[in-house]
Amino acid sequence: MSSNKKYWKSVEELKNDSPIVETLQQKEFAEEIPTDEFLGNKESLESSQTSRRDFLKFVGFSTAAASLAACEGPVVKSIPYVVQPERIVPGVANYYATTIADGFDFSSVLVKTREGRPIKIENNKLGKVNSGANARVHASVLSLYDNQRVKRPMIKGESVSWEKFDREISSRLNALGGKEIVLLTQTFASPSTDKLIEEFSAKYSNVKHVVYDAVSEDAALSAFEAKYGMRALPNYDFSKAETIVSVGADFLGDWQGGGYDGGYAKGRIPKNGKMSRHIQFESNMTLSGANADKRVPVTPSKQKEILSAIYGYVVGGGSNNLSPELDDIVVKAVEQLRRARRGAVVVSGIDDVDAQLVVLAINEALSSEVMNVQDARMIRQGNADDVNQFVQRLNAGSVGAVIMAGVNPSYSLPNADQFNKGLAEVDLAVDFTMKADETATNCEFVAATPHYLESWGDVQLTKNHFSLMQPTIKPLFDTRQFQDALLKWTGNDISYYEYIKNNTKANLGIGGWNDALHDGVFVANDTNVQSTFATTANIASSARKLAQSSKSNGLELSLYTKTALGDGQQANNPWLQEMPDPITRASWDNYITVSKADAERLELMNENVANGALNGSYVNVKLGDTVVKNVPVIIQPGQAKGSVGLSLGYGRKEAIQKEMQVGVNAYPLYKGFNKVQEVSLEKAAGVHEFACVQLHNTLMGRGDVVKETTLEIFNTKDKHVWNHTPEVSLNHEATPVTSPEVDIWDEFDREIGHHFNLSIDLNACTGCGACVIACHSENNVPVVGKSEVRRSRDMHWLRVDRYYSSEETFAEDNEKKDNFSGLWGEDGSLGGFSELEEASTENVQVVFQPVMCQHCNHAPCETVCPVAATSHGRQGQNHMAYNRCVGTRYCANNCPYKVRRFNWFLYNKNDEFDYHMNNDLGRMVLNPDVTVRSRGVMEKCSMCIQMTQKAILDAKREGREVKDDEFQTACSSACSSGAIVFGDINDKESEVNELKKSDRMYHLLEHVGTKPNVFYHTKVRNTSEV
Amino acid sequence: MKKVSIRHSISRILLFAVVLLLSFSHNAIAQEETAAKQADAEKTSEAKAEASEASSGDAAASMEGDPAKGKELFNSLCAACHKRYKRSTGPALNGVTGRHEKQWLYQWIKNSSEMIAAGDPEAVAIYEEYNQTAMTAFPQLSNADIDNILAYVEQPKPEPTTPVAQAGAQAGGGSGGGLSTEVVLAVLAFVLLLLIVVLVLVNKTLNRFAEANGIEVVKTPARKPIWKAFVENQFLVLVSSIFLLLVSAYFAYGYLMQVGVDQGYQPVQPIHFSHRIHAGDNQIECKYCHSSARVSKTSGIPSLNVCMNCHKSIGEVADASNKNTSVTEEYSKEFYDGEIAKLYDAVGWDPSTQSYNGEEKPVKWVRIHNLPDFAYFNHSQHVSVAGIACQKCHGPVEEMEVMKQFAPLTMGWCINCHRETNVKVEGNKYYEKIHEELSKKYGVEQLTAAQMGALECGKCHY
Repeated sequence: MSSNKKYWKSVEELKNDSPIVETLQQKEFAEEIPTDEFLGNKESLESSQTSRRDFLKFVGFSTAAASLAACEGPVVKSIPYVVQPERIVPGVANYYATTIADGFDFSSVLVKTREGRPIKIENNKLGKVNSGANARVHASVLSLYDNQRVKRPMIKGESVSWEKFDREISSRLNALGGKEIVLLTQTFASPSTDKLIEEFSAKYSNVKHVVYDAVSEDAALSAFEAKYGMRALPNYDFSKAETIVSVGADFLGDWQGGGYDGGYAKGRIPKNGKMSRHIQFESNMTLSGANADKRVPVTPSKQKEILSAIYGYVVGGGSNNLSPELDDIVVKAVEQLRRARRGAVVVSGIDDVDAQLVVLAINEALSSEVMNVQDARMIRQGNADDVNQFVQRLNAGSVGAVIMAGVNPSYSLPNADQFNKGLAEVDLAVDFTMKADETATNCEFVAATPHYLESWGDVQLTKNHFSLMQPTIKPLFDTRQFQDALLKWTGNDISYYEYIKNNTKANLGIGGWNDALHDGVFVANDTNVQSTFATTANIASSARKLAQSSKSNGLELSLYTKTALGDGQQANNPWLQEMPDPITRASWDNYITVSKADAERLELMNENVANGALNGSYVNVKLGDTVVKNVPVIIQPGQAKGSVGLSLGYGRKEAIQKEMQVGVNAYPLYKGFNKVQEVSLEKAAGVHEFACVQLHNTLMGRGDVVKETTLEIFNTKDKHVWNHTPEVSLNHEATPVTSPEVDIWDEFDREIGHHFNLSIDLNACTGCGACVIACHSENNVPVVGKSEVRRSRDMHWLRVDRYYSSEETFAEDNEKKDNFSGLWGEDGSLGGFSELEEASTENVQVVFQPVMCQHCNHAPCETVCPVAATSHGRQGQNHMAYNRCVGTRYCANNCPYKVRRFNWFLYNKNDEFDYHMNNDLGRMVLNPDVTVRSRGVMEKCSMCIQMTQKAILDAKREGREVKDDEFQTACSSACSSGAIVFGDINDKESEVNELKKSDRMYHLLEHVGTKPNVFYHTKVRNTSEV
Repeated sequence: MKKVSIRHSISRILLFAVVLLLSFSHNAIAQEETAAKQADAEKTSEAKAEASEASSGDAAASMEGDPAKGKELFNSLCAACHKRYKRSTGPALNGVTGRHEKQWLYQWIKNSSEMIAAGDPEAVAIYEEYNQTAMTAFPQLSNADIDNILAYVEQPKPEPTTPVAQAGAQAGGGSGGGLSTEVVLAVLAFVLLLLIVVLVLVNKTLNRFAEANGIEVVKTPARKPIWKAFVENQFLVLVSSIFLLLVSAYFAYGYLMQVGVDQGYQPVQPIHFSHRIHAGDNQIECKYCHSSARVSKTSGIPSLNVCMNCHKSIGEVADASNKNTSVTEEYSKEFYDGEIAKLYDAVGWDPSTQSYNGEEKPVKWVRIHNLPDFAYFNHSQHVSVAGIACQKCHGPVEEMEVMKQFAPLTMGWCINCHRETNVKVEGNKYYEKIHEELSKKYGVEQLTAAQMGALECGKCHY
């Protein structure tokens, strides 16, 4: 039987005489196998001395030799100190209080050192302001061991001695001939440095000090100055807040220096039926918006109108042009502000002096006790006008010398080209820097500076609260602080340490210098009375201007800083690069966030490819003549229509390892230091591959994952209404899964000894991710790189899941799911579920949920391990013996929480994973108490067993019981918002025991019956409208 | 220095076996020879030392002081800061009577600071020379006492001729021993060869005789060879092959089980530190030097400044004549003094000026106890909390001239001890509650570490 059918693989085959088809038919391999390259070359083959027999001999011998040598242990050397420092005991950690002040992050921290090496950053609990370290601060310890640091002073790229460096500089400074000397520095917020700069100015005439913040708060500073006569920022205590209205201020992020999440979280936990109410007007989806009770997505231009309208309603006078719906929301918000009396506060992130003046006026009119203008924040000093004028003068040729410290204007100035051109013309360009970054490569003189963990310093966080910086390690390289250099150049012989000590004396309290240094913080003695200042600002006209100024036609871009990278200083830090963004959950990238409506209009797409990974389109972002090309697009639920967002801090190329040269540089769009710009987008060719760690974005109405309720229901209804324990049928009777009768496992006796539990309050968790980095640094979690994260092989022991609602709220999701009837039709579950998979297009609710190993008492992973590598401890921890694991990965398959992580490769000392664990310097950050895992073993959260064991041992040695606050995990001690609490539930007085008894307590996927030792607290939203 | 290194390796074991086979008996002879020579040398040196002591005793009698009494006083009062023939914290005292007037000395010893205050030029000079450290005043000493001390310190230094001879003898003996072993070996091999040749020759000759005399050598009728019989008996083959397999499995298992177990590992250290002398003879508490064992997970190799606490004033070991000497037949005084000199070199101490010169050379000790990274062990838990003697795991360290790994340090060994050892709960508030509850649960008075949870994987592996 024959057939005329012709089977074809490609259209080309249908053509009769296609030469391609002909050749391909003859050849099995489309490409030539390059055997000829060595076999064809007769000469080289013959000249080779190695015959086949020789080759086999070598192989045989080396195999035998290797196997013989493997039987012998290596000789390990131990080198003790010659003279051991008194306070260092090998194996025992020392803690030092110090302060980070890198111009962007300011925080009092505690540094854990082992054998003289700093290995971890912790919160300084003695600090009253800015004592909660964020993710970047936690990761900063790794930046100390950055391989790319400048190791010694350099002139024109040549290493020189400091003596020569000093000689050259002073001769150049003296030969300037009256030209201007400009000191371009970061915000130091250091009284001693200010004094030093004054002394320097006195010695060399014509010195101008320009303070430059890469991400500026100039508008807020100017407004404060105009109103209160001092260049500072108001300090807010959100723990006192009852109603918070934020107009475009991401105050849980990096707004005005950040560090407000701890206070905010205190007010979010319902106590006596009360919690704060938070209303957020914003364009990008931010951490603050995600945590808000009510989030209103509006474009930046609308935000100005809203602010003006709030002013109108609070202070009186003025009308507004808001749409009726928005006006209604504003009216209700203002009413709520009024009811909150002194607990009301309005904040704004609009980069406009008028807007900031209006905010100050509103808070004053509300007589808010949340805002504190007496003890004002000093941690942003950057002056946009000064910087702009400086660049002009630089190009005019009137500047003779530029001395920079802690800044990278060649990268971060919007007009960097202009700056670079001017810089090339000056007689003397000095850069004090840790990296040979963009600016340093443009400077003749590069002064290597120490990391803050190697430096001395004093920081004025607020007007009265000071924090001290002290070295925690001997400088790794031949570096010198900017301040020490200034001392040298002004002919002062004392060290900066002595200088601070002398300078601080006047401010110190009773304890004196040593106590202050021990605590790391002190409060100024003279809390001198605020001088009365007659303000000249006309608020009413500001409000009017605000309402009229804003009309916009194109897309409004809001630039922001990401939780992971901030202003981009630590771009070479693999921990931060791999940290997923709390909102988009994408790592190793920045991207433009676009609303769904705008994406459809511009034909931009996001799609998940076969392995689940996320792909997205590219766009070119245009702002006047400036074009930022090939920006990947993420369609962001909750993004205000007509607005887009793009983060600063990415796209650095100099002194950055190749793997970490990711993202695009958005600073060229940061015109006039205004975060809001009008741009146009144009689709570009190509598809971007994201490394996104969360591929499913909605909760699908699964109330057993995240339980959520409203304050009203929480206050009025019984527990089982809003926190229902799942039930199963036992003898046709509904029995709660928690009761022992439905348990197929025998319960262990856990009444004796310690029984550790971890409590996570979803109300207090702001999603900041500090715990993720703290866990990394405590537990030697490896960094796997972008392509591995894209393959879902990220190693984070702790992830902070973010869920969007599919409808406007999660409650509506639940309702929709409950109302499904049948498969098809309007309420059909088939179509319904796929609808639920999509996040809402207009506005979404967001919830964060930190998930780590749940340490189940009936752990599914333990029962399937064929080699008993994972087993249960009496203290409630699920143990993982790495040396026993053979890598079957059954446990990961059987884990309902998907928290187990597999070492697909060797991540240390492997050139394929060239991150900190692949160089001697970076490995210094490793915690010596935790095993560095090898290839082929499973790992997971250990509930920081090394820390609990240490607490127990310390108590045993001292012959006492363990105090409650001694039991900590890395995440719980890093959590400045108090969302994560760890402790022993057999200690009846412990905090965690109280929390476990709370009505809000539930376990993740309780119906599975795993009985976890981690529990969550139902999220309560204050949705009460007036 | 003796090279001692016991690390398992096939190549080494094989080599060792061959050497042992060839040289077993002769080695022993050679060592005895050396030992005998050494003993001779030492005897002569002792004799000489005695002689010099006696002669100096005679001399001292004429100085109206009793050196024997003086020695007692010197050791109790002066030895902390002074040595007879060497500068220490204070100057060397031998020859002091030549440097100063006797009356001046009386006054100085009884109250030196008074003299310095009074501005006595000699006193001030000494005060300045020795870093302005005043000598302790001894008002309790009478002039006669001081005379006795002076008599003792003025005894001339015994001539150091003997040790040189001894060292020479030792070196000669050592190399001689090695040479003779080889020679004897060669001779023996030669003799063996001769014997074989002779045997073959004799056999040949006898056969020839037999042939010549026409005697037929009676040949036994060929029987079935035993190996053939064995091969044909299948049962025997089966049994013996099973037996062989079992035996080889036993040895293979035994071999594999000792891979990575370095019990008895005794590497050569850069400085020959004798635990026998320190912990044994001088009874220094372990935790004096290994102080971090009390508070830390590591016992800590003492830093060199800890050594210098004592070795600042102990620059040499007592020689063989002293009844408390640490010198043994194997290790001479010169050897130990040389090791102390290595310490001085490493820490940058100049014994002649009694000061640090700042040139530090950290010592690269060879680590003996190597726990794998995935096993967590905490010294303080065992030493401070449990109160376990160091010797329990480290063996009789006070008898070890060269430190070695005493315990196998395997997990089985740890577990075993945790099963057998009772937790020391007395007087420890931490254990009060948990002990009471647990002993009720298990119905026992004393809880073992295992019952306390010390067998859980995660207690040591994280």
